[in-house]
Amino acid sequence: MSTQSTSSASAPLEAVVRRRRWPQEVNILLVLLGIALLFELLGWFVQGQSFLFNYNRLQIMILQVAVIGIIAVGVTQVIITGGIDLSSGSVVAATAMIAASFAQSSDWARVIYPGLTDLPFFVPLLVGLGVGLLAGLVNGSLIAYTKIPPFIATLGMMVSARGISRWYTNGNPVSGFTEDFTMIGDGLGRWMPVVIFLVVALIFHIALRYTRYGKFTYAIGANQQAARVSGINIERHLIKVYAIAGLLAGLAGVVAIARIKTAQAGMGMMYELDAIAAAVIGGVSLAGGQGRITGAVIGALILGVMISGFTFLRVDAYYQDIIKGGIIVAAVVVDQYRQRRRKKS
Amino acid sequence: MAARAAVSPQTMSAVRHSKAVPASEYLLQIEGMRKEFPGVVALDDVRFALKRGTVHALMGENGAGKSTLMKIIAGIYQPDAGSIRLKGVDIRLDSPLDALENGIAMIHQELNLMNFMTVAENIWIRREPLNALGLVDHARMHRITSELFTRLNIDIDPEAEIRSLSVANRQMVEIAKAVSYESDVLIMDEPTSALTEREVAHLFQIIRDLREQGIGIIYITHKMNELFEIADEFSVFRDGRFIGTHAASDVTRDDIIRMMVGREITQMFPKEEVPIGEVVLSVKDLGLGSTFSGVSFDLRAGEILGVAGLVGSGRSNVAEALFGVTPATHGTIELFGKPETIDSPYKAIRLGMAFLTEDRKETGCFLALGVQENMQMAVLHENFVRGGFVTESAVGEACKQMCATLRVKTPGLGERIENLSGGNQQKVLVGRWLLTQPKVLILDEPTRGIDVGAKAEIHRLVTELARSGVAVLMISSEMPEVLGMSDRVMVMHEGRVTGILDRAEADQVKIMDLAAK
Repeated sequence: MSTQSTSSASAPLEAVVRRRRWPQEVNILLVLLGIALLFELLGWFVQGQSFLFNYNRLQIMILQVAVIGIIAVGVTQVIITGGIDLSSGSVVAATAMIAASFAQSSDWARVIYPGLTDLPFFVPLLVGLGVGLLAGLVNGSLIAYTKIPPFIATLGMMVSARGISRWYTNGNPVSGFTEDFTMIGDGLGRWMPVVIFLVVALIFHIALRYTRYGKFTYAIGANQQAARVSGINIERHLIKVYAIAGLLAGLAGVVAIARIKTAQAGMGMMYELDAIAAAVIGGVSLAGGQGRITGAVIGALILGVMISGFTFLRVDAYYQDIIKGGIIVAAVVVDQYRQRRRKKS
Repeated sequence: MAARAAVSPQTMSAVRHSKAVPASEYLLQIEGMRKEFPGVVALDDVRFALKRGTVHALMGENGAGKSTLMKIIAGIYQPDAGSIRLKGVDIRLDSPLDALENGIAMIHQELNLMNFMTVAENIWIRREPLNALGLVDHARMHRITSELFTRLNIDIDPEAEIRSLSVANRQMVEIAKAVSYESDVLIMDEPTSALTEREVAHLFQIIRDLREQGIGIIYITHKMNELFEIADEFSVFRDGRFIGTHAASDVTRDDIIRMMVGREITQMFPKEEVPIGEVVLSVKDLGLGSTFSGVSFDLRAGEILGVAGLVGSGRSNVAEALFGVTPATHGTIELFGKPETIDSPYKAIRLGMAFLTEDRKETGCFLALGVQENMQMAVLHENFVRGGFVTESAVGEACKQMCATLRVKTPGLGERIENLSGGNQQKVLVGRWLLTQPKVLILDEPTRGIDVGAKAEIHRLVTELARSGVAVLMISSEMPEVLGMSDRVMVMHEGRVTGILDRAEADQVKIMDLAAK
């Protein structure tokens, strides 16, 4: 949004209106830096070593963030429309299982059938994206045409997709992927997931800010009735947004199995909540109509730094979850406070 | 407010229970009542008096101040100045509960019952009879409800769930609930709006019984015939002022209409004679379920067709049907001589229509978004988009120019619209539609709740648009606006067009006569 002077010649500035401050994302970035510095200091005092300047630790942290981050990019768009997507974690699992079955190498089978070849890496990738997209389309159509609340529609998908991930292999894990495929998780010196995450974030950052798709997404979240009267086809647009969220959950599933080289029906548990938390911590308002991809990216990083930092300080995993829960609630409290202050002004 | 000498509700309550209430001719006396809302004086030095055992009707146009006054009497609003005397004692009402405990009950137009609870539970909510264990005594609750219904001659099962009842029966339950508080003052806000003729007769019988028992009933209505049938006295309000109280038997229908509209038209309207062109929009026998029916009119290029009528007459519904927000169920719409099916706002926009909605906050503004985002939203379907990307420079320039033309006062195009004044918000929304360069412009209450300056500018703008050949349909509750701006005035009443008046023949009395049939 531009803050430059506009038609000031004919429209004198009104003194009553407060000047625009820097974007909220800057505040969140400062929080991220503050938390990182805090861990750095604690690191020197408690562990006697640096928290940040450790290549391996940083890489592991950012790899964890990448998968959640890809999901968060999709969920952020859903939240901007005023909705919610609870199904991402389960969709990750369903995608992972189905995509994994197309990614297995035929090394063992070739002993009996020497003519077998491995499928190229893009087959499981496209299958995974397809499964995610399908789940998103179902979510979106339910919400758009049956008018059931997004919470319920995606809750149903959350349970069903988890069921599919178990049913697909009777609960057995799938592994033994082709090297081609694992490059999606290991390529570029193991930075591939991060690159994918950043590219996805950039694409949708641009889409939200500079395309009609983005403008309409904000409009629907800000005031669905007004959006309708402005000629926006709410139903079709919501389906698009949920489909994209599903697609990105599918991508996250593929990236996750390519990195850890095995797919299990139980994976992706609670990812949807981590993604929502990342968005909310990043200033994406659950009321809809406000928030940016950059915020969600920083939010995901904050979560990642906290987890990594607590592990580094050898804080028990139970405490980690307790604290994480507190942080999520605090982020929503801050959001509510901001909304109220906005209404009063 | 605390400075006013007034007896606290607790004291009043004690007095009530002692039954030692001072006799007084008037149940309720209001003096010097004043209430302001941001930007508008809703009540100005209003007085009102209700006698024991009478039905007192309140009449007035939309926004005359009736509802505000009733909400003050019912404890929902607190007045800025003025006194309320209940049976000769000054009282102060801080909440609806205060009012109830003082014997003032209000039955709102939209009913406030809990759908999934029984009739008896709804009536005695918060006052449930308890047994020795402190649990709700359902048998006794049933019995006292039956007794209450017998007294009021109502035939409803106390154990029925509210959602299974008809609207009329729900109304009866509300009345029974109000009576169960042993109220002395009963306020009814258009109670017959959803009732059939027979149900109305039953309601009136109940009202007469209550009157016999000495209860004072304040009855808000838009229906003239009801007034003569049920009311003993009536008071007229206009523009937040008290006009007068008379006995219903002393006056005629015409007298009342004159009292309701009798204002001087002081505001200046820049009405210009512009050449009226071809028929642009032709509507025949348009209808939507039971909301409105048989609506037919022609709208020509350069013409401003005003639409008058009381709230609930179906004016806004017709506009929404024309624009495809809630598509009409029957009838035909012709644009430029071609029959069109308008089933979505998108279709309407593509056909060259624009619709400034009535409620700026609910259906107009994207409050969380900036001025430009708000202004450009309707034009992005066709223009300023290449390959899905919004051409920011071009649309920004267009919005900037539109802001200059409309003299929108804003620190910048990125400023959130909620930080702007009502008038400037409205201008931004007008700009949204002007960017689409419409041929037919539908305006629903275009100047509601905005300051006089912005009002005049919007009037000037609409006139200019008409001169440039835009056909304008303007719904307005403001009589001076309708009369000052329109080439013709269409009047609606209860979902039907009751008349279309030419500019020369239209006046306030004729319009009110058609609107309050």
